[in-house]
This record gives sequence, structure tokens and C-alpha cells, in this order.
Amino acid sequence: MTLALLIEQLFNGVQFGLMLFLMAVGVTLVFGIMRVINLAHGSLFMIGGYFLMAALDWTSSYVLAVPLAFLMSALVAVVLEIIVLRPLYRRGPLEQVLATFGLTLFFNEAVTVIWGRESIPLQVPPLLTGSVEIIPGGAYPIYRLVITGVAIVAGLLLYLLITRTRVGALIRAGSDNREIVAALGINISLLYTLVFALSAMLAALAGIMMGPLLSVEPGAGDPILILTLVVVVIGGIGSVRGAFVGALMVGIFDTLARVLIPLAIQTNATSALVGMAVYVLMAVVLLFSRTGLFAAHRG
Amino acid sequence: MRPNLVLRRRGWLLLLLLAVAILLPPWLGTYYVRFATQIAIYGMAALSVDLLLGYTGLITFGQAGLFGVGAYAGGMLIVLGVTNAFVAWPLAILITMLFALAIGALSLRTRGFQFIMVTLAFAQMLYYFAQSLRNWGGDDGFSTQRRNDLGFLSLESHATFYYVVLVLLVLVVWLCHRLVRSEFGMVIRGIRDNERRVAAIGFPPYRYKLVIFVIAGGIAGLAGALMANHAKFVNPAVLSWQLSGEILAMVILGSAGSLIGPVIGAAFFLAFRDVLSDYTEHWMLFFGPLLVARVLLLRDGIWGMLLRATGAGEVPKEPKVDFPEVPKPTAEEKPGAGP
Amino acid sequence: MSEFLLEIEGLRKSFGALVATDNVTLNIRTGETHALIGPNGAGKTTLVGQLTGELAPDAGHIRFAGRDITALQTADRARLGLARSFQITSIFPTFTAEENVALAVQATEPHSYRFWQPAETIERLRKPARKLLGDVGLESLGRRIAARMSHGQHRQLEIGMALATTPVMLLLDEPMAGLGMEESRAMSQLLASVKGRYTILLIEHDMDVVFSLADRITVLVGGRIVASGTPDEIRKSREVRIAYLGEDDDEFAGGLDAPG
Ligand SMILES: Nc1ncnc2c1ncn2[C@@H]1O[C@H](COP(=O)(O)OP(=O)(O)OP(=O)(O)O)[C@@H](O)[C@H]1O
Ligand SMILES: [Mg+2]
Repeated sequence: MTLALLIEQLFNGVQFGLMLFLMAVGVTLVFGIMRVINLAHGSLFMIGGYFLMAALDWTSSYVLAVPLAFLMSALVAVVLEIIVLRPLYRRGPLEQVLATFGLTLFFNEAVTVIWGRESIPLQVPPLLTGSVEIIPGGAYPIYRLVITGVAIVAGLLLYLLITRTRVGALIRAGSDNREIVAALGINISLLYTLVFALSAMLAALAGIMMGPLLSVEPGAGDPILILTLVVVVIGGIGSVRGAFVGALMVGIFDTLARVLIPLAIQTNATSALVGMAVYVLMAVVLLFSRTGLFAAHRG
Repeated sequence: MRPNLVLRRRGWLLLLLLAVAILLPPWLGTYYVRFATQIAIYGMAALSVDLLLGYTGLITFGQAGLFGVGAYAGGMLIVLGVTNAFVAWPLAILITMLFALAIGALSLRTRGFQFIMVTLAFAQMLYYFAQSLRNWGGDDGFSTQRRNDLGFLSLESHATFYYVVLVLLVLVVWLCHRLVRSEFGMVIRGIRDNERRVAAIGFPPYRYKLVIFVIAGGIAGLAGALMANHAKFVNPAVLSWQLSGEILAMVILGSAGSLIGPVIGAAFFLAFRDVLSDYTEHWMLFFGPLLVARVLLLRDGIWGMLLRATGAGEVPKEPKVDFPEVPKPTAEEKPGAGP
Repeated sequence: MSEFLLEIEGLRKSFGALVATDNVTLNIRTGETHALIGPNGAGKTTLVGQLTGELAPDAGHIRFAGRDITALQTADRARLGLARSFQITSIFPTFTAEENVALAVQATEPHSYRFWQPAETIERLRKPARKLLGDVGLESLGRRIAARMSHGQHRQLEIGMALATTPVMLLLDEPMAGLGMEESRAMSQLLASVKGRYTILLIEHDMDVVFSLADRITVLVGGRIVASGTPDEIRKSREVRIAYLGEDDDEFAGGLDAPG
């Protein structure tokens, strides 16, 4: 194995980790502020990809399609929040899990009805095809570099939003103590809608950007959702920092495992080990800390 | 109403259900015998979830993982030539219980929302593991060709197999009925009601939760092994997270915290799927919203409604789960705040 | 073994910036009734939480019957004979009153991995449970579902469950919280009846009860012990008056003036 390959895989790992971060930060924010566990988060990822495809069909231009897909996802999120999530805030975890699971079933089937069961390949935007040489002898696809950049920018904007703005102050106050926010008489349902829409838009962004890499198909969000939950467990539920560290850990670990394990061991068990790697990572973290690396809420 | 009368009505209701289960499917034909077999098997799996959910207050989203381990173990044993059910099924149960022990030991270290996610994640790990079993068909799974036999009795006839499954289901329900009322049962129900208090009076909750997790795993494993026999086919879908969710949904549709409710829920789920599939392949389009509506609009499941409608008592309210992440209202912390 | 049943040494616990238990050192003699008083938020419940093992202290040691229990789990401490009642009622709401107490009786057995015989038929558990219900004044309510009982009855049940574990020491966290006049009188009689039979750490805001029952009193303010002594010493202590009145608590003033 060459150094160039290793570096390329590290890049891939970071890029995948950042996508997971965009997903996990949404789960963790929604939990931290609304105390809702949202299993439909993977659907929002999937819908992002489908909307991009639909918008492309319609406009034939990435420049128009991406913002359009983004807006449509946000719209779905707002409707979802008002109809389903709001009644769930005062319900127990069992109800939340079942209702949001029901939503996932619905969305997976709805996209099948509209766009069919086959997976739909998406092209990389023409401007972003090709690759650049990041180190001598190691070519790296431009598209992957660009989405890594976008994810970093999105992460930075989120950081600024949370640390520098009034909405961010409310979010921070909310995840520390939602009674305080309520007592301050802040319009809590508007805040909740905003947070949910924000988390959905981040998931959709990940879905849009991953669209050309994976393919767009019914249930595409499910495996991502489960990895996202692993990230949240590792990072500590409710913690944005935990989501970031956990996402990078899982992204890099998963990507490297896929490359390194087959090189190291070549038996029948290889592919089993590869698929199970991140879960083993989770198990190890749980052995050392019951609440994840950055538990936000110690009781 | 006098407790005796309530109990008698419940007894009649149960007897009626049992009579229907025995007489109706053969009268309707082979298709329905197979359909009823499925109900009994999924009902058993749902029952195992209810032991955790309704009686211990543990929300597991990974029971399909254990159901699938039972199915794979059961299927593999047939293929490997262990055809006698008296050997194969206990073995499948044992294997599943070992998996449950490992998974439970880790996931029970967490609580609340984390427990939900961790059980889901471990089930998914088993799913990928099954997918990677190349010798056993990988993604496509494998066919068992035949069923186990009871030594003297072949189970190839659908009707015979159905009655064996039914007897096992009744047996499991009865054993669970004893279990939840036993001293051990009081401890786990105590954990459901108030884990802090259970610890404060001297029971280590973790160990009791682990034991019930392993018992429930064994029941799910038996259901899985029966499923391998029923379908004569096993693939990774038996471990999928959707199935975990569907089993959980069966419990809630039927009423958690009762031993009959999950079986009724399984019947409802499968009937719903069966009827709608005649009209559309997109039956999930209706099931998803139905689940949302059940959760948001109804206060209990079918069995609970049935009991109330016939004056045969009621099932306990949906389990209150002790969630460390959910802060208590501060007013409660003040002395003198009444109930 | 020393004359002290419970020895707390240098215990410290903080929640973020808030120091809820600030270097608490306190010894409690075998058989005494020791009252722990202090204004709201003084850290009394937090201290009990560390004694029972629900909260892990940041520093310090706890010895019970000569044995260091700082690292023990809650259940193991309970099995050594350390029983508690909760300030906020903590019972099994779907159980009957008798089942609540019977489960506590059951906890005294080596283990409960018995899966067959219905618990309700086990007289070994039920008989003591019924007797204890009688002791705490709930004899007629054995079959009442706990969720349907009144707050006062819950407080009695709390004590019954604590007693059912055959404890050596009782940690009673505001047993009279929220009780009406009549109920308070019954509860203080109940407390008087158990005094002397167990070593007791009693947290209570009702100063009449504290001064009439306690052998010794410790005053906790802001997580720190400001005084510890006999009721007479505490009544006369200027520091206590200042520390306590500074917190603007009339109850204590009432207690100070009340005849011993
Ligand atoms: N889990 C926790 N997290 C953060 N702060 C806590 C926690 N538990 C208690 N506190 C704080 O610690 C301080 C001491 O609380 P504690 O309940 O021990 O007081 P107390 O003396 O029992 O008061 P009261 O008389 O009202 O029962 C309070 O300021 C409380 O808000
Ligand atoms: Mg207190």
C-alpha cells in the first residue's frame, strides 16, 4: 500500500466524517433542545437527494437545482415539525421513536411511489469533474474536495450561529435548560421550528452532496441514519462537540477499516469485520464511558 | 365492577381467542394456516419485546437482531443435519441467549435514549455480519430445504407445524404469565415503575435487567428458529432494523404490558399488510401514518380497547420509562409539592 | 470498630460551579437520631445521595459500620443496612401498597432469581409486609394501588418500605414534606416510635420535630457544616442564628423560640 493511497483514504474518511457530522449535529440539536429522538432524520437525507434529482430534471442546471432542493427540503421539514413533531414534544420516548419510525416507512414508500424503486444515478456537476494532484502521484477527485469544503463552511457557519447570534444563544440556553428559555417568554414553538428546519437542512445538504457519490434510492437514508446514531452514541447525546469528534472518528475509522482490514487479513471473515468495525468502536467507547465521550447532560 | 367478574370475562375472552386460533385457520384453508403460523411466530417475537418494554420499561429497537440470530441458528442447524427439533430448537435458543448476553451486557450500561440507539446499532451490526456470510448466501440468504421434525412426527405438513407453533406460543405465554408474577417479575416491574427505588431497597438493577434481556432474547431466538422452519428460508432481512421497528409497532398496536396484546398486534399488523397488499404494493404508505396516528391519538392498543369494551379490566398505562436525560420539573424538587 | 456507625470524611461534590457538598466531615453514633437541617438548597439531599451511592462524590470517604463504602453500588449499600426514604415520593405506583412493602422485604433475601411461584402467594414476604403496613398506619390500605393513594399515605409508605429492608440505619429525607397538620402529627409519632431502634439521619424542616427527636443536630448551609451539637448547643449558637437567619428562614427562628 502506498502512502498516496493512505492519504487519499484519509481524505475520504474526513469527508465522510464531515457528512456524518452534518447529520449527527441535527440529531443532537433536536434532542438537546426539544428532547425528541428523530428516527426520520435519515429520510430527510434521502429526500435531499431526490429533490436534487427532481430539480435537475426540471431546471437542468446545478446552480438552480441545488438551492431549489435545499428549499424544498426545508419546506418539508417545517410541515413535518408542525404536524407530527409538535404533538410529540410532550410525549414519551417510546411514542417519539414509533412515530418517527412510522414517518420513515412513509417517506421510503412515498419516494417509491413517485420515483420508482430503482436507484437513480446522479452525475457529478460538469464543472466539478476531474481530479487534482494533492500530493505528488496522488490524484483526488475535485468533487470530493468541494463537498468537503462545503461541509467545513457549513460547520463554521453553524459554529458562528450558535456562538455569536441571538438565536444561537437561545439554542445554547435551550440545550442547557429549556425551562429557562420558556420562562423568558421566548416564542418557544418558533424556536423549535427553526431548530428542526435547521437540522433538516443540514441533513438535506448532506443528502444533496452525497447524491452523486452514492445513488439516490428508497431507503438510502437508513444506513446513514444508523451510522449517525452510532456517532451520537459515541460523541454523547446532546453535545455538538461530541457530534463533531464522533463523526470524524466514525468516518475515518470506517473508511480506513474498509481499506486496511482486507489488506491485513484475507479470510472469509474479512468482509464481516469491515462491516462491523464501527460498531466495535462504539462498543469499546461504551466500555469506557456509559454516556459517550462528551456527555452534555449528566444527571 | 367486582374483580372476580372482570377476571372471568377476561378468561372467556382468552378462551374465545384460543378457540378461534385452533379452529379458524384450517377451516379457511392452507393459505390461512400459513398466515396464522406467521402471526404466532411474530406474536412470540413481539411478546419478547413486551417483556422488556411493557414489564421492564426498556425500549429496545434491536430485537430483530436476536430474532435473526435464532433464525440463522435454526436454519443453519437444519442444513448441518441437526433435524431433530428437540435438539435444534433448544440449541438455537441457547445460541441466541449468548448473543443477548453479550449485547445486553454492553447496551444495558446505557439508559434511556442511548439504550434505544445502542440496541439498534448492535442489531445492525448483526445484519452486516449476516450479509457477509458468503457461505450462507450473503445478501441472498439460504434455503433450508426442509423443516425440523419432532422425531416421531414430521412437521412438513403446514397444519401440523401450525399446531406445534401454537402450542409453543401458548406455552411461552403461560411461562411469561408465571414469570411476571413471580418474585423476579416483581423486581423487573419495580424497575419499570421506579428503578431508583429498586436500587435503594437493595436490588442491583443492572443484573436483573440483564437476566430479563437474556430471557427475552431466548424467546426471540425460538421465534426466529420457528421462522426459519416456517419459511424454509433465511436471509439478512430477518435482522433488519425495519423488522425491529415493526415488532415494536406490533407491541404498541396490540397494547404493551399485557401478554396477549403483542400477539393481537402481530395479527393486526399482518392482516393489515395482507389485506392492503391485495390492492397496492405500497401498503407501507398507509402503515406509516397509521403508526403515527396510533401514537398521537389513541391511549392504548387493541387488546386494551377490547378489554375495556367488554368490561374485562384494562391493561396498565403505557410504560413510564425512567429517562435520565429528561429533566424533572423543578417545582417537584421543592419540599411540600403535593402529588 | 469505633463508636460511630457512619463516618463521613472530607466529602465534596460540585455541580459545575456550584459546590453542593463542601468538605463535609461528620460522624454519627450507633443508635443516635441525628438531625440534619439547613435552608433550601443547602445540599442535604445531595449529601444523602452520596451516602446511598446515587451520586459519586468528587472527593472524600464514607465509612459504614467500620467499612469503607465509598465505592459501593447503591444496592450493596442498602444490603449492608443503609436504608433511605425520599424527599420526593418514590414508590412503585402500579403496585398495591402491600406489594410495595413486600418487594422491599424481598430485597433482604440473598437474591430474587425465582421465576415460578407467584409473589402474591408467598407468605414469607406478605406477612412481614402486612405487619409493617400496620406499623406505619396503613393496615386497611394493603390492596390499594399506590398511584391512587394520597400524598400523606405515600409518605407513610415511604417509611414502611425503608423499614422493610431490615436496616441498621435510616436516612430520612424530609419525611413530613407536604403533610397537613393531622398527617404531620401521625408522622412525628411514627418517627418517635422508631427512634432508638435504628440509627437515624433525619432531614427535616419542622423544627418542633427536629428539636424534640434529635439527639444531635448538624446545620448545613451552602454545602458546608456551620454547626454540630446537641439541640441545646444548637439552640444557643450565635453562628447558627446568623447563618440561618441570614438565609431568611422563619421556621428556624420558630424552632429556636420553641420550648425544648
Ligand atoms: N443533579 C444536579 N445538578 C445540578 N445541580 C444540582 C443537582 N442536584 C442538586 N443540585 C443543586 O445543589 C444544591 C443543593 O441541592 P439539594 O437538593 O441537596 O438541597 P437540599 O438541602 O436538599 O434542599 P431542600 O431543602 O430544598 O430539599 C441546590 O442548589 C441544587 O439546585
Ligand atoms: Mg432536599
